[in-house]
Amino acid sequence: MKLTRKEFLLTAAATLAGIAGTKTLSTVKAAADDSTGASTPRWAMAIDFQKCRWDQGCNQCVQSCNEAHNIPDVPQKSHEVKWIWKEQYKSVFPQQSQWIDPALTSHPLMLLCNHCGTPPCTRVCPTGATWKRDDGIVMMDWHRCIGCRYCMAACPYDSRSFDFADPRPDIVNINPAFPTRTKGVVEKCNFCEERLGKGQRPACVEGCREHALIFGDLNDPASQIRSVLRSRYAMQRNQELGTGPAVFYLL
Amino acid sequence: MRERVLIGTGLALFLALFTYPVWWAAASGTRAAAPQLQLPQHASACVAPASFMRASHMQLLSSWRNDAVRRGVHKFRSPDGRVYDVSLSGTCLGQCHSKAEFCDRCHAYSGVSTPSCWQCHNDPQLAARSIQ
Repeated sequence: MKLTRKEFLLTAAATLAGIAGTKTLSTVKAAADDSTGASTPRWAMAIDFQKCRWDQGCNQCVQSCNEAHNIPDVPQKSHEVKWIWKEQYKSVFPQQSQWIDPALTSHPLMLLCNHCGTPPCTRVCPTGATWKRDDGIVMMDWHRCIGCRYCMAACPYDSRSFDFADPRPDIVNINPAFPTRTKGVVEKCNFCEERLGKGQRPACVEGCREHALIFGDLNDPASQIRSVLRSRYAMQRNQELGTGPAVFYLL
Repeated sequence: MRERVLIGTGLALFLALFTYPVWWAAASGTRAAAPQLQLPQHASACVAPASFMRASHMQLLSSWRNDAVRRGVHKFRSPDGRVYDVSLSGTCLGQCHSKAEFCDRCHAYSGVSTPSCWQCHNDPQLAARSIQ
């Protein structure tokens, strides 16, 4: 068969229009799916410090985390490795400590990685060893970490620790199911992504006997965390920095 | 030209001596001892055919690593359709192999240095011993 010039141009135009149309449709459809957010969760945690019994010596969340993730108990304070730790209210919320009930401000608070919406740590990593997943978890890939500690400098929450030495000798009981880290990498809370992958809740949430930790999906309007954020006043650390923390403190 | 015979004999002798280990082993039928690997007793098949694993286990482990850490995929479907957890300590060592009697022996035999995997990933046997 023989094509005239006109027929050729018409066929080519129709084909291109078809391809462009399908592309546009699929993009619009993907954008529509994203806006509902039904597919990917956005993990977050709320800490109810009226229920937290840290002032009475309870340390269960930290212990559960340490055991689950092989956190070393480094004797030297400057080389400390921490995924969950505690600090006094005044140093956690320095701008919100005036005129507040002293019972609250004298209460130690539980701190962990905020799994920020726009994490500053991931922007500075030169090797892509830390990045934000679609579900909001700020992940570490210790295979790629070269120990430059830019992320530690970038994190405004002091959520990252560096392994100055081999952590293994300082781990009390090694949990074989989770890798230890090695000398020269940065580590931090991973929101228990290894447990979430199996459908379990984070170790600290399970460990808390007072049910002071509420973990859930911010994209699910029916989730417990959404209902608690609707009904209670919640604070985020250093909100003015625009990092969008996913850890909320319930007054 | 008178040295031709001398040179030829010398060369032949040198070649014969130089290749002695090869032809002697071929002639007598002896072979170097293979590494004594402890194979799993209750499992009959690996996550991929043994020949593939022997040559390419490092590529498979590397893709497992990328699946688990970077893509959040924690299940592996083997070529014959069985499904495994993507875990070096949990699946390979936890269910089938002993690090000391399988991984290390073959690596020592072939003169391949111990990979850095074990600086972080645990040998469940060692961990169990340290708890006791």
